[in-house]
Amino acid sequence: MPPRPRGPPLADLHFGDDQPTDAELAAIDAIVSPADAATVTETERVVRGGRSRRQGLRHLLLPVLHSLQHEIGWISPGGLNGAAKRLGVPPAEAYGVATFYELLRTTDPGHTNDVVHVCVDPSCALAGNEELRESLEASGAKVHNSPCLGQCERAPALFVQGVGRPDRVPADDDEDFRLPQAGDPGLRVLSRVGVVDSTSLDSYREHGGYQALASAIEMGPDAVISAISDSGLSGRGGAAFPTGIKWRAVADEPGPDKHVVANCDESEPGTFKDRILCEHDPFAVIESMTIAGLATGSPHGWIYIRGEYPRATARLEGAIAQARAAGLLGDDVAGSGQRFDIELRRGAGAYICGEETALFNSIEGFRGEPRNKPPFPTTHGLFNQPTAINNPETLINVLDIVTDGPDAYRSVGTERSPGTRLFCLSGRVGVPGLYEVPFGTPLGELIELAGGPVGSLAAVLLGGAAGVFVGPDSLDMPLTLEDAREAGATLGSGVVTVFDDTVDMEAVVVRIAEFFRDESCGQCVPCRVGTQRQHEVLVELQASGQPLPPQRVELIDDMALAMVDASICGLGHTAASAVRSAIDLGLIGNSS
Amino acid sequence: MSPAVTETAVTIRVDGQEVAVPEGATILDACDAAGVETPTICYGPTLTPVNVCRVCVVELDGSRALVPSCSRPAEEGMVVHTDSERVRHSRKMVIEFLATGVDVSQADELGQWAEHYGADPDRYVPGGETMNEPVRVQDNLYIRDYDKCVLCYRCVEACGDDAQHTYAISVAGRGFGARISTEFDVTLPDSACVYCGNCVAVCPTNALQFKTEYDLRQADDWRPEDQSVTQTVCSYCGVGCNLELHVQDNQIVKCTSPDDHDVTRGNLCIKGRFGWNYV
Ligand SMILES: Cc1cc2nc3c(=O)[nH]c(=O)nc-3n(C[C@H](O)[C@H](O)[C@H](O)COP(=O)(O)O)c2cc1C
Ligand code: SF4
Ligand code: SF4
Ligand code: SF4
Ligand code: FES
Ligand code: FES
Repeated sequence: MPPRPRGPPLADLHFGDDQPTDAELAAIDAIVSPADAATVTETERVVRGGRSRRQGLRHLLLPVLHSLQHEIGWISPGGLNGAAKRLGVPPAEAYGVATFYELLRTTDPGHTNDVVHVCVDPSCALAGNEELRESLEASGAKVHNSPCLGQCERAPALFVQGVGRPDRVPADDDEDFRLPQAGDPGLRVLSRVGVVDSTSLDSYREHGGYQALASAIEMGPDAVISAISDSGLSGRGGAAFPTGIKWRAVADEPGPDKHVVANCDESEPGTFKDRILCEHDPFAVIESMTIAGLATGSPHGWIYIRGEYPRATARLEGAIAQARAAGLLGDDVAGSGQRFDIELRRGAGAYICGEETALFNSIEGFRGEPRNKPPFPTTHGLFNQPTAINNPETLINVLDIVTDGPDAYRSVGTERSPGTRLFCLSGRVGVPGLYEVPFGTPLGELIELAGGPVGSLAAVLLGGAAGVFVGPDSLDMPLTLEDAREAGATLGSGVVTVFDDTVDMEAVVVRIAEFFRDESCGQCVPCRVGTQRQHEVLVELQASGQPLPPQRVELIDDMALAMVDASICGLGHTAASAVRSAIDLGLIGNSS
Repeated sequence: MSPAVTETAVTIRVDGQEVAVPEGATILDACDAAGVETPTICYGPTLTPVNVCRVCVVELDGSRALVPSCSRPAEEGMVVHTDSERVRHSRKMVIEFLATGVDVSQADELGQWAEHYGADPDRYVPGGETMNEPVRVQDNLYIRDYDKCVLCYRCVEACGDDAQHTYAISVAGRGFGARISTEFDVTLPDSACVYCGNCVAVCPTNALQFKTEYDLRQADDWRPEDQSVTQTVCSYCGVGCNLELHVQDNQIVKCTSPDDHDVTRGNLCIKGRFGWNYV
């Protein structure tokens, strides 16, 4: 699916003496056979805010590294050489890629045991992750600290990275999934979740599946995009960009080499909605992507799914296979005469790869470093070609819009924030879980819907680590894009993490700062150094037990402004916002 | 001085001054044309802009965040401010940030800008993380002192797509732990390196240094003020690369090549760059 190699072949690459073992060769063969070994070529330069890129088979680098990691337990010098040689990638660059990801190891762990990843983020910290880790360690398990694992509603969370055995999430073993709102007739995006058999295309069809695609084919691309625009649908991945404008821009680009990407990398601490959607309604993701493909004239679909989501991955893979077998993906989608197919790629432990341009680089086999914008993905996206990238929640909204029309869609929500919104509730709340409410529902009402606060409410983190804290006086804030903006807050990816007055907020904020420090890609100075220094200031505060001195507040503000103003991407832009809001609300820095 | 206005020129406003630049030129080019000096670290005239250091940012009307002047193409009608409060603040912070973790004592230009913007690297938490890397002395040609590395990516680009196409080095790791590295940090002699020295030529901080310079500095005997530069044409092959031989006490101590030479664009091969070592 990626473009054909162009230009002259690269000069001979130099590989060191380390050779892959038979097992390592087999792991590489599983992804690329020796017969397909690459001749990598140079492509034209991309001068507008990006580095030049060579392609060839490089987009298979991350899958090959995953395969080595999974079979061998680490990426050895011999394994890396074997992979690099097969794909025609310089070994130094392959090493640069391997060392970018948390799930890939480039030092010999000295064992081939599974690695148990324990979440250290706020909701799990409130639910006893420390005790869990200690008991795992006592039982001899190989334990690794992990940022939010996207299972905050069932904290404390674990993910077991298998060596030679499949990866697994212990909490998945219990199969009677039920939404807290199960049976609520107001559910739209969640209407099939927990109801449909997510492994069966027939079941999906029985619940209305693939009616939207039929309507979309009948309506034609232009009318579909107009309906999306009229509905007022905006992105649910964090930036709230109008989906209709994005699709129109891609549709207007000439030529067939265009892409639709579902961004299922969900790694914002506190977010777990996309995992639930992909696990419990995978066909809806596939169907809505197909509509996006036909509407924008993009034959290539990609799903980039978080590496720590084995069940969602398996369900999506199953759905793709069944849809393909039923002629709903492939050369002639549902008799439309148009081609659309989907390739799935797994992330490998990097929050930044959810940023759209970092995600493209990750798929292309480069380090997951965001690109400077402009140019934007709609003209220079995956493989530098026009790309419509959306969050799965955004995509699933498309189904109702196409089937029922924009007016019906607008019947709930507000003028500027139409429709419903998913919220991920966790922390000190009665019934943690995924909730769907119309835009405009007050924050307090949402928390009541989730069983109300446990204990005496102290603060709510809205929008995740990249969001802001709000206090109890914000409970009557209507949850809309416009109200959030006015309050200096954000709905982000729909995170609502609730804290009561027994929680050590300094520890929470130090952890948020640590998260950004760990997840910065390191490319640009304001974020690479700013996130490090911000963390150091907060650790100093925590150790001091004193109020935050004015010159420290000034330093935090100075760093925050530089990160907002001068960073390349949204990670740097938001790395100080939760910290800043915690100081403003007096949650930290008042001494003890 | 503004270049001649051609049909394909774009006109933008830099600090209130109208300036015309050819289409495809960057905001940085326009600033140069307007006579406005701009600090740069990761930008190199012979390299594809990577826009990672962010010290060259400017305020662009209509853009929420500041934009990197070195990579942003100038577009008709743009209004740019290079000396606003926000610009000065971000530039100062970038320089300050670098100085808190990296030994920038030999990055002369950066030092001047630090003073200009009033950077104060001492106001941070004592004992903060630094690069903390040993000097890599692995051959007689050049050394790598990553304590001085600001991760500007210039060496990586020079070794890769922008000049040498050898790809011996890359950025490895992530965040504050990112480092320039060969695969598994193998020594240069074990890596793909062909000792063209092009990385040394583009390094803005002296993290990459000729071994001769390093030895003299170690002996406290590096005296640029006593050095003379001799222009010559490399005699190893017929390409005709220009060499600038830097001489101290009748000894050649390093070799550069002019950026604006249309054959070399500042790049050489091992023979031109280091051949004098064996003369
Ligand atoms: C650091 C960072 C991480 C992000 N992670 C995600 C993510 O995991 N999922 C997602 O859909 N969007 C994520 N985004 C937003 C994407 O860049 C992009 O805006 C989004 O996928 C577009 O889809 P939408 O318009 O449907 O929201 C992230 C952005 C940043 C800056
Ligand atoms: S802001 Fe941070 S994450 Fe984004 S490009 Fe810069 S260093 Fe990377
Ligand atoms: S000397 Fe040349 S080949 Fe060696 S690392 Fe530097 S640029 Fe690459
Ligand atoms: S070694 Fe020099 S050229 Fe290379 S990234 Fe570091 S500072 Fe830049
Ligand atoms: S899974 Fe632990 S905080 Fe999300
Ligand atoms: S010189 Fe422009 S970002 Fe570094």
